Amino acid sequence: MTPFLFTLVVLCFSVGAGLLGSLLGIGGGLILIPVLTLWLKVDIHYAVGASIVSVIATSSGAAAAYVRDRMANMRVAMFLELATTAGALTGAYLAGLVAGRVVYLVFGTVMAYSALAMLRRMRAHEETPVPADALADQLALHGSYWDEASGREVPYRVTRPLLGLGLMYVAGTVSGLLGIGSGALKVPAMDLAMRLPLKVSTATSNFMIGVTAAASAGVYFARGYIDPFIAGPVCVGVTLGAWLGSRHLMARMNSTWLRGLFVFVLLWVAYEMLLKGWVS
Amino acid sequence: MSEGPESQRREQVVATALEVEAEPVPLVPELLISDLLRYGVLASLTLVTLGTLVTFLRHPDYLVSSEALQRLTAPHPVPHGLSDVVAGAMAARGQSFVMSGLLVMMAVPVMRVALSLLIFRQQRDTRYVAITTTVLALLVLSFILGAAEG
Repeated sequence: MTPFLFTLVVLCFSVGAGLLGSLLGIGGGLILIPVLTLWLKVDIHYAVGASIVSVIATSSGAAAAYVRDRMANMRVAMFLELATTAGALTGAYLAGLVAGRVVYLVFGTVMAYSALAMLRRMRAHEETPVPADALADQLALHGSYWDEASGREVPYRVTRPLLGLGLMYVAGTVSGLLGIGSGALKVPAMDLAMRLPLKVSTATSNFMIGVTAAASAGVYFARGYIDPFIAGPVCVGVTLGAWLGSRHLMARMNSTWLRGLFVFVLLWVAYEMLLKGWVS
Repeated sequence: MSEGPESQRREQVVATALEVEAEPVPLVPELLISDLLRYGVLASLTLVTLGTLVTFLRHPDYLVSSEALQRLTAPHPVPHGLSDVVAGAMAARGQSFVMSGLLVMMAVPVMRVALSLLIFRQQRDTRYVAITTTVLALLVLSFILGAAEG
């Protein structure tokens, strides 16, 4: 394979990853890293470096729209970013200390977990009243969003901000270690623990991911893990794919079978990654 | 997100923007942040695309030789200091253009946090000024610590 062909192949896969990612509400990294490492034989550190930049790209692109629509809660985001940036720094440092096989093992585990979390998200959870929380009141975390279906502004209350902060530290560490956005960990933390509406959780998660990723990208860049030859086409491709997906495909897709297929693919790749971590 | 409701909402936001313009508070936080994100990503992708084109123009052998790929995907030193990148870009090295594009991309969230800091300050929200300052400090720390180690 020549470098030119390689660039084209990486570009095509990145467009595909961005497309699929935007449809499923996750970043492209989770899909791209296995393709780059297992199939194109790219060193896992470069793959992770390329992925982290593409995560910033998709998050920033998507957040631009969510912020304009006032769907993302900017106060909750800023508060939780305290924990995600600290976690991302921890994770990026751990990445330099641990061996490649550990990264494969953690990656496989997170992937399997994401697949199961996605399965669980298919069913709606029951509505119980949101418990009052003094800190959430002090920080004025509560908000409201415009609900398209009912055509009105829906107010919501936020609870357990400290539990959210703790979970976000874990999400940030995973994100820094693996070079993914870890939206699959952030959304449940806000949705289940802090009781933000799912739509707001997804939008806020997207908004936060860029900052989390930037914290670890700084460390990766200084280490020389961000290789322009690989990260360049990945960055352009994923952004293009995510844009195409959110603009033109979202409304036309039947997401149920797509999700089902995706869970299957995730579990299979998780198995491959775990195997590679185990035997190497 | 579908086209219709988004543009509808935009009109709403623009309407608020017009109302606000008459008053002494000109900042519409959501619009400012949204534009920063949008144009930042656009600028970065333009640099990356241009850089990639320059690379292939300057290295025609990349189109035919498959040995070059081995060198490119195996572990090797990558410019990882700001000065290396700037020097490369000055010498019109395509990969350095790509790298500066990627650096712009990394800077977008940092600028977003800095902009939020200005907005919270203008709203005289001391608690969030403190929170945002800490986040910004952590981000700057990540670049400094990374550079010190590298």
